Amino acid sequence: MQHGKYRFIVGFLIVPLTLYGLFVVWPFVQSIYYSFTDWTGLSPDFAMVGFDNYTRMLDDDTFWSSLQHSLTFALLLPVVVLGLALFFAFMLNVGGRHRKGSAISGVRGSGFYKIVYFFPQVLSIAIVALLFQFAYNPNSGAINSALGAVGLDSVRPEWLGDPNLALWCVMAVLVWSTTGFFVVLFSAGMASIPKDFYEAALLDGANRFTTFFRITLPLLWDTVQSGWVYMGILALGAESFAVVQIMTVGPGGPADSTNVLTLLVYQKAFRDGQAAYATTIGVALLVVTLAFSAIVMRLGRRERLEY
Amino acid sequence: MGSTSAQHNGGLGRRDVIKRSAAIGLITVPTMSFLASCASSDSGTDNKVEKGTTSEKNPLGVNETASLDFVLFDGGFGTEYATDAVEQYKKAFPKAEVKFTPTQKIQSELQPRFNGGTPPDLIDNSGAEQMDMGVLVGKKQLADLTPLLDAPSYDDPAKKVRDTLRPGVVEMGQFDGDPVWILYYAYTVYGVWYSQTALDRLDAEYPEDWDAMLALCAKAKKKDIAGWTYAGKYPYYLPFSLYPFIGKIGGREVLDAIDNLEPNAWKHPAVKAAFEAYFELFKKGYILQGTPGLDHIQSQTAWTEGKALFIPNGSWVENEAAKTTPKDFQMKVAAPSGLDSSDKLPFGTIWASGGEPFIVPTKAKNPDGGMEQLRIMLSEASSKNFTTKVKSLTSFNGGTDGLTLSTALQSGVDALAKAGDNVLNPRMQDWYAALQKEKIGVGVLGEMMAGRMTPAEAMNKAQEFADAAAKDDSIKHYKHQ
Repeated sequence: MQHGKYRFIVGFLIVPLTLYGLFVVWPFVQSIYYSFTDWTGLSPDFAMVGFDNYTRMLDDDTFWSSLQHSLTFALLLPVVVLGLALFFAFMLNVGGRHRKGSAISGVRGSGFYKIVYFFPQVLSIAIVALLFQFAYNPNSGAINSALGAVGLDSVRPEWLGDPNLALWCVMAVLVWSTTGFFVVLFSAGMASIPKDFYEAALLDGANRFTTFFRITLPLLWDTVQSGWVYMGILALGAESFAVVQIMTVGPGGPADSTNVLTLLVYQKAFRDGQAAYATTIGVALLVVTLAFSAIVMRLGRRERLEY
Repeated sequence: MGSTSAQHNGGLGRRDVIKRSAAIGLITVPTMSFLASCASSDSGTDNKVEKGTTSEKNPLGVNETASLDFVLFDGGFGTEYATDAVEQYKKAFPKAEVKFTPTQKIQSELQPRFNGGTPPDLIDNSGAEQMDMGVLVGKKQLADLTPLLDAPSYDDPAKKVRDTLRPGVVEMGQFDGDPVWILYYAYTVYGVWYSQTALDRLDAEYPEDWDAMLALCAKAKKKDIAGWTYAGKYPYYLPFSLYPFIGKIGGREVLDAIDNLEPNAWKHPAVKAAFEAYFELFKKGYILQGTPGLDHIQSQTAWTEGKALFIPNGSWVENEAAKTTPKDFQMKVAAPSGLDSSDKLPFGTIWASGGEPFIVPTKAKNPDGGMEQLRIMLSEASSKNFTTKVKSLTSFNGGTDGLTLSTALQSGVDALAKAGDNVLNPRMQDWYAALQKEKIGVGVLGEMMAGRMTPAEAMNKAQEFADAAAKDDSIKHYKHQ
């Protein structure tokens, strides 16, 4: 049945393939093309300039600091968010005390927690960023007011105004707003793991720790892996742009301490009228994203389990 | 949740399909030359409307039947002042159709039209999505407004439009040489903003030199009021009082040298003196606690709540802070306090310049109509209408007689009268937006005022940034005439 299989498959996929080519591949090729021009984005005429934009990018300190922050986001955020989400999901589904009649159960009130954890997901990232901007207000914000209320009047950090803290403040917001989604995702995954596995493990005397690492995590691996890629793309892409653009000094400051690649692309294209240079940075971002997914796929590859 | 393993029986794995379909997608992409046509679709055959007959009532020779396409930024000033002016245009040219489009998304809506060669006839290029003027001028996208400036003014045919404008407005519209590309319609007074009531409570006058400023801040501190606050998250608000301060100490040339990106411009003694004076505010604790983490609204609110006396700002602050301003606040603006009696320019030297930049694109179909619309807006009646409705001055010199002005607006008019010819107009923010905001603003002034950089370091850093910008070929460079 091998004969003509490609024609067969392509025949079925011709419409999605055309759409994919038109709306995904074509724009990619276009932006790569524009990165070799001096297009301003404000006028129809431009000329080819070869690798000028690329040499300029390699000399651009702002680009390097943005790259560094984007990479920090992409490496750290998934670890923290997925780690937290796995812990919460496990406690909600498996981690509770044993009760009569069921081998495993979540902690008390797990239904309630599930809803609470999902709340941030309902809010748009722009609103979340605005809310936290108020909370971080060093003068009258919730956090410093709380510090004052417990007698820590002398400790009043400037949060977003402090180059050593700003990036962490932004990251904390992203953790807060994304963890809930993965809690729900992982809960769904855990619910589909057959209960007999847990029963067998319990009969063998396994504690929660062992159950998690020997049963839950391996059987959830596929979900964790796609969560990892998704989280990485989110950390490199739109969400990180939104919080940095809305919350930070400048935005991107203080002293370039929070700039990320997506924000740099936006600033170059829409503030400075250097669309070609912006697409050059976009190409760099594309490379970073591709490398990230390749690495995650490679690291995550292991024998799949059927159950 | 169960998953299946990829089959290795010689069939087509999922991964293979994806890989190969991606390859097919790549092949089907058309050639580059075809792509290029996307950005440069139609550089535009000349499709201008024919000129009408010039007459006393129609000095620009507007075609009476040609339609006018007017795009306005719908921001803090609203749209009413423009729609009123459009009515006037319709009255003058009853056969013409006017397409009026208010929007906040100037760039998203107009960028494609510029790229396609079909821009509107008149644009208020303002707001967060403002298109970069330097690039528009550099790419020859804007029409020279000299015919408008040399046309007789609306109210008095003996006077040219040029002569009815406030100081600096024409110059601001120039980038390189004589052509005037932009007409700024609103007129903004920058400076140190304060509440007269707050000063009265401290039994104080607005300080004219820096010793008096420090003494007043010390007095306020005893009552737990900070001397200054500013938009810490957008430290490029600081120049609104800092640049005219530098100009007052060292003269106009110092600011011109900074604008021209001259070597060592930032190392001038006047810059040093001004930086040290501002740094002293930080050192002595006269800056409101937490200011580096406040955005413009938060800092303005802290100020209207009376937590700080002074804030560097522009005349839009009256409208922007209106909601939180107490009734008895008596908001006022003053020129920056000087350093001491050795300053080159007298007290009263202030920064004022145009806002709401109006442009007429080169490729507009009816550029004369666009200019005529502007001529109507620069009449005394239209100007008064604007001032009454949005509490701001226009570029039309005068136009406040017989109006009851708020304290803030009146103080602006008074400050301009006191300044006389000593109106400064630093160009950094319209010539080099990235340098001014991100580098000098956030990277230098923000760091210095938060105490993370000494004035000496700040001067070096600013000079470094300016030198880098001067060397950068991707930016168009300008010089004061």
